[in-house]
Amino acid sequence: MRKKYATLAFDSASLLFGRAKVPLTRNGVTIGGGAVIPEIKFTLPPMDVEESSMAVVADMFEDMVAGVCKRAFELHQNSIIVEFELLPEMTMNPGWGEAITIRIRSLLDDFRKRDGLLSLLRITPVDIRELEKPPLRRDGRETELLLDSFRRCARAGGDLLSIESTGGKEVTDPSIMAADLRGIIFGTLLGCADMEFLWGRICAIARETSTIPAGDTACGIGNTAMVLADQGYVPKVFAAVVRAVTGVRSLVAYEAGAVGPGKDCGYENVFLKAITGYPMSMEGKSAACAHFSSLGNIAGAYADLWSNESVQHIKLLSGMAPVVSMEQLIYDCRLFNVAAQKNFALNFRDMLVDSDAGLDPQAFILKPDAVLELSKTIISEGDDYIRSVRTAKKAVQILEEGVRTGEVLLPEREAGWIDRMKTALEDLPSTKDEFFREEHDRWQVAVDFSQYEFSEPDIEKGN
Amino acid sequence: MDIYQEIASNVEQGYSEKTKKAVERALAEGCPPNDILHRGLITGMNAVAQRFKSGQMFLPEVLAVAGAMKAGMTFVKPLLAGTKHSSFGKVVIGTVRGDMHDIGKNLVAIMLEGAGFEVIDLGTDVRADKFVEAVERERPAIVGMSALLTTTMLHMKGVIEALEQKNLRGDVKIIVGGAPISNNFANEIKADGYARDAGSAADLVRSLLNTDHHGTPL
Repeated sequence: MRKKYATLAFDSASLLFGRAKVPLTRNGVTIGGGAVIPEIKFTLPPMDVEESSMAVVADMFEDMVAGVCKRAFELHQNSIIVEFELLPEMTMNPGWGEAITIRIRSLLDDFRKRDGLLSLLRITPVDIRELEKPPLRRDGRETELLLDSFRRCARAGGDLLSIESTGGKEVTDPSIMAADLRGIIFGTLLGCADMEFLWGRICAIARETSTIPAGDTACGIGNTAMVLADQGYVPKVFAAVVRAVTGVRSLVAYEAGAVGPGKDCGYENVFLKAITGYPMSMEGKSAACAHFSSLGNIAGAYADLWSNESVQHIKLLSGMAPVVSMEQLIYDCRLFNVAAQKNFALNFRDMLVDSDAGLDPQAFILKPDAVLELSKTIISEGDDYIRSVRTAKKAVQILEEGVRTGEVLLPEREAGWIDRMKTALEDLPSTKDEFFREEHDRWQVAVDFSQYEFSEPDIEKGN
Repeated sequence: MDIYQEIASNVEQGYSEKTKKAVERALAEGCPPNDILHRGLITGMNAVAQRFKSGQMFLPEVLAVAGAMKAGMTFVKPLLAGTKHSSFGKVVIGTVRGDMHDIGKNLVAIMLEGAGFEVIDLGTDVRADKFVEAVERERPAIVGMSALLTTTMLHMKGVIEALEQKNLRGDVKIIVGGAPISNNFANEIKADGYARDAGSAADLVRSLLNTDHHGTPL
């Protein structure tokens, strides 16, 4: 069962960083209660992850966590979020991820007891269900291992449960490369169906382990398009429309019971915050250590957690890279929070917005008025298909208007793409069933439809 | 405009049907398949590759062009089978063990195919023994490996060592790429080359095989 949102949680003036409509408190940490909190993530330097190296791997995670906690304490940061994103091998062997979770939890508890540093641990198993081609989203051994990873890590001391789920990616990957909106929408429908399946189970594990079902991200879709646009492979206007549509997909986690904070790399979280009122994690300029973007400031406009996305455990001039990231995030958060304390939150938000919004279509659709318009469209009446089509059309309309009024720069070579997308969207049929019928054959090699929980009539009509 | 220019122009514009028809006509008029390939199809594709590299075209447009070239090739390829013109060279490509990232490797495959190479895509999460098997079976000129994780990039070295153990290393040139990969790393593991992006992969392969844009040895 999916909860349906009918109204937005914020208006333009109240959609601010650090303030959620439904703040979340656990272990003394309140997210979305007025302050932006740093969320740190890290990964291993080049090394093998296998049974024989697990002791070294665990030591290294401990080293990274100890380093960031120590720096947070030294800089008078009173609360932090640490994300442990399991590597594929650790999800395939749930005991490995569990063992590291125990070590991290113990260290975080030590810092709380000794130094008063409050923290929450986000656990993110990797979506390993793509190993088979076509991916086995429901029936494979990988699905069991993935859910077992969630369960074990939650019991071992995780607080927040998250994932970057990849349902529908077998369709969206080629569709991004071809700038094919029809394929993006079809992949979104697969993603929505998969999210419903997955998040029903993650929420059940959260209930069973008294942890928090935090949220998902369409990173594999929205950020793939963003990175390809940054490299000049696909138009930025296309990546902007893809981003808007990912809102439909990622919302399903919250409709299925997630309560935030949404995962950092989901730039669509801005829409989800406006809809659900739950706190969201965002990443921007201080995540340049992981990937480039055109959203460095604007991504912070509505952030409740501020993240570095990920950084390798390597030595920089000042210290180890995760510690460097921690310091950068803390200073960013100080600025957010002092602005809010001095009642400049709205002005500061608008500065973050205005410094990016006119320079890139992907930033333009994250302006407060665009966020609210798109969020309203995402929850408009209708099924996921209708919502996706309407959201894509709305995003195109916002971009077209922005270009017409000169509010957003459109690279010259992208000039014809708004019209191309409009035509593609106008050609779409009016119902999901009709759409399925039209698209089913084109994807039947790439997709095992039995791995998606569509209602029978969809499948039958689709065939 | 002669028939070769017409074919090249249709390829450049991504017109699959028109390319097919022009190639059929050229064959009916007695044009040598090798000329159709080089003066028509490849000439059109190369023009597009240059425009893509200089940022004048997007990938979706290149895909349409690659589709047009493929359409034309369906008639020409069987006639060239067994000749030195059948392909510019064979490339075995895959994402290494433990890594499920697909899209970067797929982009490289598209670019290589567009440049006239035959690509055997082994997919993702490919173990060293699978690379070895593919090299034994396919006898490629090039092996391309992709990794997107710091914890999987070292498997590239394992593949190279496995090829050495089977005395196959000398038969192939090895190229590597992916977010955590650098030229230094490529040198460290004794790969033959590093491509920083999909666009530069075809140039790298050509330079390793010492051929020009028409597959002709330099």
